[in-house]
Amino acid sequence: MSKVHIRARVNGDPVEFLAEQGMTLLDALRDELGLTGAKEGCGSGDCGACSIMVDERLVCSCLMLAPEAEGRRIETIEGMARDGGLHPLQRKFLEHAALQCGFCTPGLLVAAKALLDQNPDPTETETRFWLAGNLCRCTGYDKVIRAVMDAAAELRQAHSA
Amino acid sequence: MTDVIDKPKQDGPDLKVVGTRPVRPDGVDKVTGRAAFGADYRLPGMLTGRILRSPHPHARIVSIDTTKAKALAGVKAVVTAADFPDLDSEEYEAGESAADIRDLSLNVMARHKVLYDGHAVAAVAATSASVAEEALGLIEVVYEVLPHVTDVVEAMSPTAPLLHEGMITQGVTPPPTRPSNIAKRFASQRGDLEAGFAAAEVVIEDSFTTQAVHQGYIEPHACVATMTEDGQSVVWSSSQGQFMVRTYCAKLLGLEVADVRVIPAEIGGGFGGKTTVYLEPVALALSRISGAPVKLVMSRDEVFRATGPTSGTAITVKIGATRDGRFTAAQVELKYQAGAFPGSPAGAAVMTALACYDLENFSIIGWDVVTNTPKVAAYRAPGAPMVAFAVEGVIDELARNLGIDPIAIRELNGVRDGMKASYGPTFRNIGFQETLQAAREHPHYSAPLAPGEGRGVAAGFWFNVGGESTAALHLNEDGSAVVVTGSPDIGGSRASMAMMAAEVLGVGADRVRPVVADTASIGFSMLTGGSRTTFATGMAVTQAAQKVVESLKARAAMTWETGAEHVAWENGQAICLDPAKDVKALSLAELAANAARTGGPISAEVSLNAQGAGPGFGVHICDVAIDRETGHVAITRYTAVQDVGRAIHPAYVEGQIQGGAAQGIGWALNEEYVFGDDGRMQNSGFLDYRMPVASDLPMIEAVMVEVPNPRHPFGAKGVGEVPIVPPLAAVANAVRGALGFRMAHLPLSPPKVRAALDRSG
Ligand code: FES
Ligand code: FES
Repeated sequence: MSKVHIRARVNGDPVEFLAEQGMTLLDALRDELGLTGAKEGCGSGDCGACSIMVDERLVCSCLMLAPEAEGRRIETIEGMARDGGLHPLQRKFLEHAALQCGFCTPGLLVAAKALLDQNPDPTETETRFWLAGNLCRCTGYDKVIRAVMDAAAELRQAHSA
Repeated sequence: MTDVIDKPKQDGPDLKVVGTRPVRPDGVDKVTGRAAFGADYRLPGMLTGRILRSPHPHARIVSIDTTKAKALAGVKAVVTAADFPDLDSEEYEAGESAADIRDLSLNVMARHKVLYDGHAVAAVAATSASVAEEALGLIEVVYEVLPHVTDVVEAMSPTAPLLHEGMITQGVTPPPTRPSNIAKRFASQRGDLEAGFAAAEVVIEDSFTTQAVHQGYIEPHACVATMTEDGQSVVWSSSQGQFMVRTYCAKLLGLEVADVRVIPAEIGGGFGGKTTVYLEPVALALSRISGAPVKLVMSRDEVFRATGPTSGTAITVKIGATRDGRFTAAQVELKYQAGAFPGSPAGAAVMTALACYDLENFSIIGWDVVTNTPKVAAYRAPGAPMVAFAVEGVIDELARNLGIDPIAIRELNGVRDGMKASYGPTFRNIGFQETLQAAREHPHYSAPLAPGEGRGVAAGFWFNVGGESTAALHLNEDGSAVVVTGSPDIGGSRASMAMMAAEVLGVGADRVRPVVADTASIGFSMLTGGSRTTFATGMAVTQAAQKVVESLKARAAMTWETGAEHVAWENGQAICLDPAKDVKALSLAELAANAARTGGPISAEVSLNAQGAGPGFGVHICDVAIDRETGHVAITRYTAVQDVGRAIHPAYVEGQIQGGAAQGIGWALNEEYVFGDDGRMQNSGFLDYRMPVASDLPMIEAVMVEVPNPRHPFGAKGVGEVPIVPPLAAVANAVRGALGFRMAHLPLSPPKVRAALDRSG
């Protein structure tokens, strides 16, 4: 099967890779670019473990084909910590013990960041509905929701300061 | 070495690390995407494997022709059952459940018959996923399709299609002369049932069913395996026990145990479902032929069709009581679906069914029944939630009937220290009454309900287990330490291991780094399951740390030229008690730096078989609101109270309680395996197999009651299993309250609630 040559930006850096026509973007990130932070939990858009940002939109990378990434700006969990420090969401997940096995965590963090980028002050209900596309089987979501709301509060404070 | 600790230290005040909430040591890896789970490994020259699965729930394999698949360019190996030894039956005790090695082998790769839709029949390794997929399509399997049975009650019928032609029911005397799908009968009784029911003033009897549900871990099974020409093998896989994987791979492939090294990947959830093998032996068999490392990863569809789930059940419960609410007799009969091979948790269900209650007269009968569905695997407190759903439902009806508060009736009949448990031993240091009291006094219990809402209460029990564990502690030259165990960290146990070691050493938790080691780097440990790790492995860690402290004291004594009895260990330093010496305390760091001059490296390894895990009890309170238009049940408030012994890291204990409750809520409300008339699973994806999402749940308040376990150095009891036991009943009892009538068949999904509302007019 002939492969397609793809150029994109991933976490700010230019990347080039070859992918089969039918390869998902998730597989391309994991297998071609070695970015295994995004996980496959279902491959059908139902679990959110593969969440990434493409041109500032939250997508399930298992539902996107690798050739569709041509020319796009992609953000993955690997790009969330900056300048040697964790993002407030990452810190709050740790402080609140919002992960047990941690398999859903990269997807949840990417999705939560997308929420806070567009709604810095979400209610609990808004947070729960936004994250309804991200399955977590371990935590019952309690500590996840608390961590996201707490990170939102900290980010709001940082912005107003 | 035994587990006996003569002077358990269990008073709170002088604990400095245990009971705090430090950030987990593996946390940063897990929030940055660095943590490597089963599917994240990649080796040079690695091949991609795929498994061919049966489309039939029951069929004889007439022939398998792999010639065309093998001829396809890029295909490096094709295996079928012919590539595995044909093993004899042999029971192997593996922690939560025993496994028959022959059944395990036949489940990993079907030999003469396929027994469920999704049963593996062949596997391929190729240079790419697309070539492997193409090769699967070239394997020609001729099946002789047989009639099938997926329902547990139908499978017990004498006219049901037989899965195993020679299977004679065990536990029945005299043994039946004809084979059936009933693998085993379990029985437990006490007292005089007839007299007990005769003494009752109220008797309630009802029949309940639950459907098969999956553990639902988000990480599909995955592994990479490699075998050299001389049989030396390495497996990277995510499982609940690297030693379990090693044993099973060695058995199924006929290898020396020492030739198999298993390196644990991070595990993306297990809940009991990763206490067995599906892929690892197949990957090794493919590697043996191809000479290259082989990676196998399941799709979600494969996870649903070929792994897990837990049993669908049919349960009848009859309980009699006096007017003032005292139980006089109880009778339980439970039928548990085992899937394709014997081994449902019917035995554990019989043992847990009435474990919360003090009963003079009871009889419990359990049936383990094979069906044309995937072989069940352990799922959190295996067997207990379903029977609790039935028993706690009948107790709820009794309380309503008698006009007694549901917690009061449980307090009246609930077990206490010194009572003989329904399953045999005498209870010691249990916290059931304390848990009931905490639930009764919780503000949730007295909060008013909105009109139309219902409130349910239910209790639950789990034994908790101990078992074999090994831990090593190495002190480093700067006074930091490494603690090594063989217990996979499913939900934050690295943190508790580091904390227990730190507590004993008298240093901060961040000075101790925990490592989960491969099978060649630490002594044997049973798998993580049965809520055993913090208890049993924690005990090994604590004892290793105590040995290190003894060594430190001896070295301080040597330095001070005094006897070891004159040295005390306090706050991470050696203090000299010898009045003849005027010396400054020696810190852990100073002693560590001086190790070479006082006898060499400071480390200790402890292997033990821990006993006395201490049973756990939980009581859950659930409020529901029902949308009478759609039949949708909303959980509006949920409180889970549990005796945890002593919480080592309270945040992760709360997490266990919240996660278990959420799984139980999903089981109660939506989750179920749906089989078509064709015997195939119809909902093998997360869209149709609906697990709770964030918007389905409220906050889940976890209330920890601490009745310390004197058999553990810090008082810990297992906590992971209990929280899934009460929710099925708590939710159903709340729905009963809201509707005014009982729904006894799970799940209480919108169409079923709608239909029930329609019927009730
Ligand atoms: S893997 Fe993409 S949504 Fe589940
Ligand atoms: S922490 Fe395990 S799935 Fe979310």
